[in-house]
Amino acid sequence: MIGKNSLFGPIDPAVESGYSDPPARKGFFTDTSVCIGCKACEVACKEWNAIPDDGFDFLGMSYDNTGALGASTWRHVAFIEQPAGRRDGGSSAPVDLGMPSIRTSDGDTAAEEDGKPDFRWLMSSDVCKHCTHAACLDVCPTGSLFRTEFGTVVVQDDICNGCGYCVPACPYGVIERRKGPEGAKNVGIAQKCTLCYDRLGAGMTPACAQACPTESIQFGDVDELRRRAEERLEKLHADGVQEARLYGHDPNDGVGGAGAFFLLLDEPEVYGLPPDPVVTTRDLPRMFNRATAAAVTLFAGAVLSFLGRRR
Amino acid sequence: MAEAHPVGFQWVMEAKKRGAKVIHVDPRFTRTSAMAHTHVPIRVGTDIAFLGGIVNYVLSGELDFREYLLAYTNAATIVSEDYVDAEEFDGLFSGFDPDTRTYDTRSWQYAQQEHTGNSEAGTHQQRETASSMQHETHGAQMPGFPPRDETLQHPNCVYQILKRHFARYTPEMVERICGVSQEAFLEVCHAWTENSGRDRTTALVYSVGWTQHSVGVQYIRTGAILQLLLGNMGRPGGGIMALRGHASIQGSTDIPTLYNLLPGYLPMPHATDHPDLQSWVDKVRQPGAKGFWSNADAFAISLLKSYWGDAATAENDYCFDYIPKLTGDHGTYRTVLDMIDGKVKGYFLLGQNPAVGSAHGRAQRLGMANLDWLVVRDLFEIESASFWKNSPEVETGEIVPEECATEVFLLPAASHVEKEGTFTQTQRMLQWREKALDPRGDCRSELWFFYHLGRLLRERLAGSTEERDRPLLDLAWDYPVHDSGPASGEWAEPSAEAVLMEINGYEVATRRPLSSFNEMKADGSTVGGCWIYTGVFADGVNQAARRKPGSEQSWVAPEWGWAWPANRRILYNRASADPDGKPWSERKAYVWWDEEAGQWTGHDVPDFEKTKPPSYRAPEGAEGVKAIEGVDPFIMQGDGKGALYVPQGLIDGPLPTHYEPVESPFRNALYGQQANPTRKQYSRDDNPLNPSPPSSEEAVAVFPYIFTTSRLTEHHTAGGMSRYLQYLSELQPEMFVEVSPELAAERGLVNGGWCHVVTARSAVEGRVLVTDRLRPLRVEGRVVHQVWLPYHWGTGGMVTGDSTNDLFGITLDPNVLIQESKVGTCDVRPGRRPTGPALREYVEGYVERAQANDGAPVVTADADAVRASQAVADRGEQA
Repeated sequence: MIGKNSLFGPIDPAVESGYSDPPARKGFFTDTSVCIGCKACEVACKEWNAIPDDGFDFLGMSYDNTGALGASTWRHVAFIEQPAGRRDGGSSAPVDLGMPSIRTSDGDTAAEEDGKPDFRWLMSSDVCKHCTHAACLDVCPTGSLFRTEFGTVVVQDDICNGCGYCVPACPYGVIERRKGPEGAKNVGIAQKCTLCYDRLGAGMTPACAQACPTESIQFGDVDELRRRAEERLEKLHADGVQEARLYGHDPNDGVGGAGAFFLLLDEPEVYGLPPDPVVTTRDLPRMFNRATAAAVTLFAGAVLSFLGRRR
Repeated sequence: MAEAHPVGFQWVMEAKKRGAKVIHVDPRFTRTSAMAHTHVPIRVGTDIAFLGGIVNYVLSGELDFREYLLAYTNAATIVSEDYVDAEEFDGLFSGFDPDTRTYDTRSWQYAQQEHTGNSEAGTHQQRETASSMQHETHGAQMPGFPPRDETLQHPNCVYQILKRHFARYTPEMVERICGVSQEAFLEVCHAWTENSGRDRTTALVYSVGWTQHSVGVQYIRTGAILQLLLGNMGRPGGGIMALRGHASIQGSTDIPTLYNLLPGYLPMPHATDHPDLQSWVDKVRQPGAKGFWSNADAFAISLLKSYWGDAATAENDYCFDYIPKLTGDHGTYRTVLDMIDGKVKGYFLLGQNPAVGSAHGRAQRLGMANLDWLVVRDLFEIESASFWKNSPEVETGEIVPEECATEVFLLPAASHVEKEGTFTQTQRMLQWREKALDPRGDCRSELWFFYHLGRLLRERLAGSTEERDRPLLDLAWDYPVHDSGPASGEWAEPSAEAVLMEINGYEVATRRPLSSFNEMKADGSTVGGCWIYTGVFADGVNQAARRKPGSEQSWVAPEWGWAWPANRRILYNRASADPDGKPWSERKAYVWWDEEAGQWTGHDVPDFEKTKPPSYRAPEGAEGVKAIEGVDPFIMQGDGKGALYVPQGLIDGPLPTHYEPVESPFRNALYGQQANPTRKQYSRDDNPLNPSPPSSEEAVAVFPYIFTTSRLTEHHTAGGMSRYLQYLSELQPEMFVEVSPELAAERGLVNGGWCHVVTARSAVEGRVLVTDRLRPLRVEGRVVHQVWLPYHWGTGGMVTGDSTNDLFGITLDPNVLIQESKVGTCDVRPGRRPTGPALREYVEGYVERAQANDGAPVVTADADAVRASQAVADRGEQA
């Protein structure tokens, strides 16, 4: 039965999926304010999960040469260079997407006059959000994508048929079918972070969190991580870092809260994250109801028209 | 630090979390700057001007920690009245000889001790053999007690000399030379001074790029002066941390891979100066001098016993004659030039890739192409093994693979997880490493390689009656081997623990492991491979293997690994207590005198004789350890004091002085002497230098920009451990050049496009990365652009690219013979560089335009000043 909350709003996803007495929901809290951009998470993830390289391409986007999350990049560190005068401070400020550019002369003079560059280099390790309401899972026709007892979302590569429905369903653009290289494992199969399901089962910490030297990536029970995130936010605000904000922690947001959420130092768009993600299947019941109503109406109209003709 | 030492940087982040202020001074905005509270961009190569400015700020504002300064440093010591400062001789100190470009250092000595200085001939030899390096642990050795003025008023006391020397290093001067605004500079001054004193300490952390300058030693000296003035040495949270470039670089100076040192910082003997054991030992301990080096004979003889075992006896000077001796400069760069000149036949490379990693890559490769044989032990076929078939010189036709006679033996090496042993990190802590898995195929450890190489050589020579073979045949070369592992029987892996045990040392008669170097004897009854490591095998237990979690022990964590000497975590920690032996403050209590127990105690192992009270004063005529008084924390120094002013051991001056980098677009704003006058220079056609002032403006303008290099987090030095791995290669797949938007506009460079960088040595190309992280600076009233390049690429591996170190020439710091490879001048052009023979023509064109081969003068100080400086030495000679 499709209840109202099943595709939207705060729930315990493991219980909702039919696990009786599952372990506490697990997730990541990624505190980007202490990320030093070392990419140890990217490497540790690939080592553990035996992911092929994502191509040796120089992208010219600061120190980011893997570009984005994808089938062969399950952790991705974004680098955003913010020159003076481009800071957020309000949504009206222009958003810098980290593309190198020539400075405007007037935007820079203030900084040059006092000789102190008012400059930020933001770094942030992105990952699958393990949504409470995961559209990828909802649309998967084969059952390859499933909800684990830890409340995470995992693809079973031996079941996936490569239909690709999950790819446009993800509101974050995380999941992707592996394109190559030829001969690599799982080409054509949808791939993404498993929150190291195999490690969790053995009571271990996921590889990325284990490798993170500054505890920017914290792994644990989602409830505990949410508490820690709130504390960290309060601390930063008290220290005058007013632009700090949490992203994905709210169970009442469009995906019912993410299992992997973030502390950001600017608008989500700056990091390439959607500002207000909504599970793409949220409207399915309504759409279904409306479609049904429309079908019924059409059918009724058709019947009526025949009836009318008889008359 | 976040770039090259991300794992260590977690502790900076931890400190930041607890409220520490982090300041990052760096030419460009890096991942470290991103985490720091303040980033101060600085012109490369001007650090002495910057730090000297802070010294001046401290001295002129009397912000020093006076009680510490008076008691624990040589601030009050009076220097010879013959001494004349660089301020008076246009950038030269007294005693300069313009012919040898070295100093007669007699006028630099403390009053009444002029005779302990060197003649310029002595200093010249010191430079050739980089013997200043021994002072890394030795300090100055001096007889008697030099006069002091506790009021610091005597015009020739160190404090007053220091004050005069740095008086012109004002905030205005710092701005002019370094391109750092006065506001930013003063912010650093405030933070440093406000966080130093009784209650607070400041740590100075540098990475080893700091050493790679023609004045590298003096950079660190300036930092040391500041930390001493502010009372930050020997105290928790203080000190100077050198972040080393590899996992065990500290270990490779303790048990050295250097031509001029033996284990434990014993100097390599010199062929003519040290004809026998006694003369060598006396050179180390200087009879009559104070401090712990007076026991050098026990350390030296125990070392000889570890080499030659039973063959080493009192009758044969413990085989002292078997040690190879120095005859001059045998440094790595001299050796490379000698290879080019055909004077070197063979070469071993162990985990080193000079074809990419060393300055002047072309010279490195041409040198190796002129050997008879070359042994390379590495994880992959690195460029230093493939240069003869694939290198820039093969492209230009300078090396012809069919004709290159060098026979290369590439031997596969085991990685650090495939072998047991220790790493020694920057805190001097040894951490034992278990073997995680067996190496694949024929890969073997270095220990295995040398053990069996020695075994085979000895087998080949067995029965020889030649005297020259005795050193090999008499070696104590019997180590237990593992019966499991990648090889067995005759070819088994030797036990690294047995080697560590020998390094620790033991009693010959009982084989009881020594627990302290104080147990070492000069009578041949003890063995010890490295006296400072004694104790790592105390009680027969591998102390380096200890792994007690921090949560289960005190905050000093003495039971994690083992730190030399004597498991002491902070050196000279007597200075953490005041002269009376009480902690300077409750907050910074570390080691203190327990009056009732009559001994030193605290959180760490006290770096002082345990029962010597603070009130102890040396009796008349005392020498050695007895001459160290209760208030002398710096026990390896001849006077027990921290050296603000260094009378002995440095070649380029007793005080740091701002000299421009050898290649600089600017004239020295402080002195007529442009760059370090005593630098080691190899003037030859294959080592041209870009012109600097006072050469003509047109010549200097051929290379108008400044460039510097460093590492990326994603790669490891010369790339031998990263470019051959897909997961690291994809993160930084191509050589690139970082430029500011302003320079990009000036030279027509496009982000993501190609550009090339040119010097008198070579041209290297890379992709352009236009970034605001590099900012043009205003220096001497004009804008200067700085360019940054990583140096990881070469012709091998999964991702290839030009090698940045090809851009550098060879100029060395005179004290330790380290190359200036962090700063140079260059030109930057859009597009790719010429290929094939056209590359050489292109570079030669630059050399010609810049008259780079014409040998600009090194001594540029005013002629009268040069004469006056030399006259001081002549006066000393006559006296």
